[in-house]
Amino acid sequence: MAKLNLNRVEMPRQDPEKRGKNFNEVALGYSLEQAKEEASRCIQCKKRNCVTGCPVGVDIPDFIQAIRDGDMPEAVRILKSKNALPGICGRVCPQESQCESTCTLAKKDAPIAIGRLERFVADWERANMPQADSSPPAKPKPSGRKVAVVGSGPAGLTAAADLARLGHGVTIFEALHVAGGVLMYGIPEFRLPKEIVQAEVKFVASLGVEIKLDSVVGKLATLDEILAQGYDAVFLGTGAGLPMFLNIDGENLNGIYSANEFLTRVNLMKAYKFPEYDTPVKVGKKVGVIGGGNVAMDSARCALRLGADDVYIIYRRSEAEMPARREEVENAREEGIQFKLLTNPKRFIGNDKNWVTGAECYEMELGEPDDSGRRRPVVKKGSEFVIDVDEVIVALGTRPNPLISSTTVGLETTKYGTVVADEETGKTVKDKVWAGGDIVTGSATVISAMGAGKRAAASIDEYLRG
Amino acid sequence: MYKILLREDLVPGIHLFKMAAPAVAQKAQAGQFVVVRIDERGERIPLTIADWDKNEGTVTIVFMEVGATTARLALLKEGDAIADFVGPLGVPAEIENYGTVVCVAGGVGTAVVAPIARALKNAGNRIFTILGTRSKDLLFWEDVLKSVSDRLIVTTDDGSYGRKGVVTGPLKEILESGEKIDRVVAIGPVVMMKFCSLTTAPSGVRTIVSLNPIMVDGTGMCGCCRVSVGGETKFACVDGPDFDGHKVDWDLLAARQRIYIEEEKCAYDEWQKSHAA
Repeated sequence: MAKLNLNRVEMPRQDPEKRGKNFNEVALGYSLEQAKEEASRCIQCKKRNCVTGCPVGVDIPDFIQAIRDGDMPEAVRILKSKNALPGICGRVCPQESQCESTCTLAKKDAPIAIGRLERFVADWERANMPQADSSPPAKPKPSGRKVAVVGSGPAGLTAAADLARLGHGVTIFEALHVAGGVLMYGIPEFRLPKEIVQAEVKFVASLGVEIKLDSVVGKLATLDEILAQGYDAVFLGTGAGLPMFLNIDGENLNGIYSANEFLTRVNLMKAYKFPEYDTPVKVGKKVGVIGGGNVAMDSARCALRLGADDVYIIYRRSEAEMPARREEVENAREEGIQFKLLTNPKRFIGNDKNWVTGAECYEMELGEPDDSGRRRPVVKKGSEFVIDVDEVIVALGTRPNPLISSTTVGLETTKYGTVVADEETGKTVKDKVWAGGDIVTGSATVISAMGAGKRAAASIDEYLRG
Repeated sequence: MYKILLREDLVPGIHLFKMAAPAVAQKAQAGQFVVVRIDERGERIPLTIADWDKNEGTVTIVFMEVGATTARLALLKEGDAIADFVGPLGVPAEIENYGTVVCVAGGVGTAVVAPIARALKNAGNRIFTILGTRSKDLLFWEDVLKSVSDRLIVTTDDGSYGRKGVVTGPLKEILESGEKIDRVVAIGPVVMMKFCSLTTAPSGVRTIVSLNPIMVDGTGMCGCCRVSVGGETKFACVDGPDFDGHKVDWDLLAARQRIYIEEEKCAYDEWQKSHAA
C-alpha cells in the first residue's frame, strides 16, 4: 500500500491587507495541478464515510478519482448528478463538520480538501464547458405533474432541480427581483461571487424550471390559491428572512442596521458600488457588529471593505462558543476585525440628531451550560462600559417570515415561527405541502437546506407517482 | 418587465403611471403599496397604489420627484417598461361602516387617500374630505375626491385656491362643530400627519395615518422601515403602512427618513450631471 500523504494542498488566498479593501473573492481556488495533487491523496476507501457525511450524497470518491485521472468532464457529470449547485457548496458548505469530518484521513488531521476540489470542478466547468455542453444530455419523460416551489434559495433551487430531473413541471415563485435567496442577498461577493450563483441558477433553469420573480406568495397569491391553480404539490423553501433585534433602548437610532438590511444593501443591491448603483449604505468609522455567527463575520468584513477604520465583533460568549465557521473567524481576524468577547450591549446611545454614538455594554462571564449545550453568559454586575461606535449591525439570527404561514389555512407552526415538517420527508401536516430548509429548522446552513430540498423532492416524487 | 400604458403629469413634479401588472391588479386593495425598481442598477422604492383595474389588469401609481430614482422614473414615457413592480404589499386599509369619516389628504398623499376614501364611501360612510396643497398649481384630483365625498374643503398654504392655510384648521373646526366624527384618515407629509394627529388627540377620535419610511425589500426582511408605535417597534412594510396616529413616534420617523440625506443629494447631483451630459 502506498504511503499516506498527509500534506493537504493549501488553497491560495488574497493577501489579508489587500483583500480588506476590495470585494473580490478571498479564496482564489486550486490550479489544475494543485487539484490533481490533492485528489491523488484520496485513498478511495471501500466504506465511503465521506458520502455519508454529505447531506446531498455526492459520490465524492468518484469525482475525486475523475480529477486524478484528468477527466474533468466526468468529474463535472458525477458532481452535478447529485448537486445542482457545486460552485456554491464548494465555497460555503462547512465541509469541516460534514464530508471532511468523516473522511478516513481526518483521523490523521489531514482530511482530503473535498470542498476545495468541489469548487475546483465547478469553476473548471464554468471556464471550460459552454452552457450547451453542460446541460443534461436528455430531458426526462414529462410526468404531467406540476409542482410549485416557493423561494429560490438553496432549498428551493435543489428541490426544483431534482423534481425537474424527475420529469415534473416545476415553477419557482421568488419574492425578490433575482433568484438565489440568501445566496444573493446574504452571503457577500468576496465569499460567494454572485456570477457563480447566477450561473448555477441558470443551470437549474436549463433543466426546465420556470422562475417567476417579483412574486410574493401570501400577497400576490396565497398558497391555497396556488394549489387551486392546478399545482399537484408545493414545496416551501422560503428560509428565515425575518431579522431579530435585541429589543433594547436606542435600537431604532439612525446607523443601526439589522444584518439582513446591511447585507441586502451591500450584496443584493450592490451598495458598495454607490453611486454607480442607486442603493446607498452608510459606512461608519467605528462599526460594532453584534453576534458571533457567519452573518456577523460577513457583516464585519463588508463594513471593513466599505472603509470602516475599526470594526468590532461584539459577542456575549467566548470564542469557543462562536457559531461561525473557524475559517471565517480566522479570515476576519487576519483582516483586522477586532473581537470584543464576553461583551453584551445594554443599550445604544445617540446624539440629538438620532444618530448612534455608542454602545453601552456589560462584561459577561460564562455560567452553567444552557439548552444549546454552550455555557450560559451571565452579566457581571456593575461592569457597564461604553464602546464608541457610529454604526451598529445587529446579527442575532433570523426567523421565518410569517407572510406565508399567516395566510395559509392548515399549516402548523412552532412558537419560533418555523413550519412543522417531517424531518425525513419534509411533509407538513397540510395536504400536498412540503417544506424544508431554514423555514423548518430556523437559521442553519446552505447545505442543510439543500439536503432538506433533496429529501422533500424525493418524497414529492413518490407522492406524485403513488 | 412591466410596461407603462399611460402617463399623466398631474402637476409639476407629480406624475401618474398606469402600469400593466395583471397579477398585482387582481389582488390590490386600498392602502397597499408596490415596490418598484427601474432597472438593473436601480434601488427598490415603495410607491402607493392609487388605483387598479382587475379587468384591464392595470395598477396606477402616483409619485413625486424627490430624488434621483423618482427623477429617473419621471423621464420614462408611455410604452417604456421598468424591471420590477412587486406587490401588493402591506396590510390593506381597514374599511368598515364607521359612520362619518374625515379624510385629510396632503400633497402627493392625495393619491393614497383617494382609493381609501372611495372604499370607505362604498362601505356606507359619510365622507368629509380636506385636501391641502402648497398652492393652486400643485392641486390634483380635486374632482376624484369630490366624487367620493359628501363635503370637500380645499386649502392652499398661500391662499391661491380654496381656503388659505393648512389642513389642521378645517379639521379642528369640523371636530369642534358638534358633528359626530367617527374616524379620521390623514395621509400626506410626516409633518402634516403629525399635526393632524395632535389636532384630533384631545377629542380621542381614532386617527389613521399611512407611514412612509425608507424601505428596501418591502416584505419584512430587512427592518429598515421600523417605526415606533405605542412604544413598540413595528415594520411599516408588513405591520402597516397604516397605524394609529396618536401612538406614532413622529420624531423618530422624521429622523429615520433623513438617514441617507447626503447620499440622496450625491445621487441626485450625479444624476443631474449625467442627465445634462
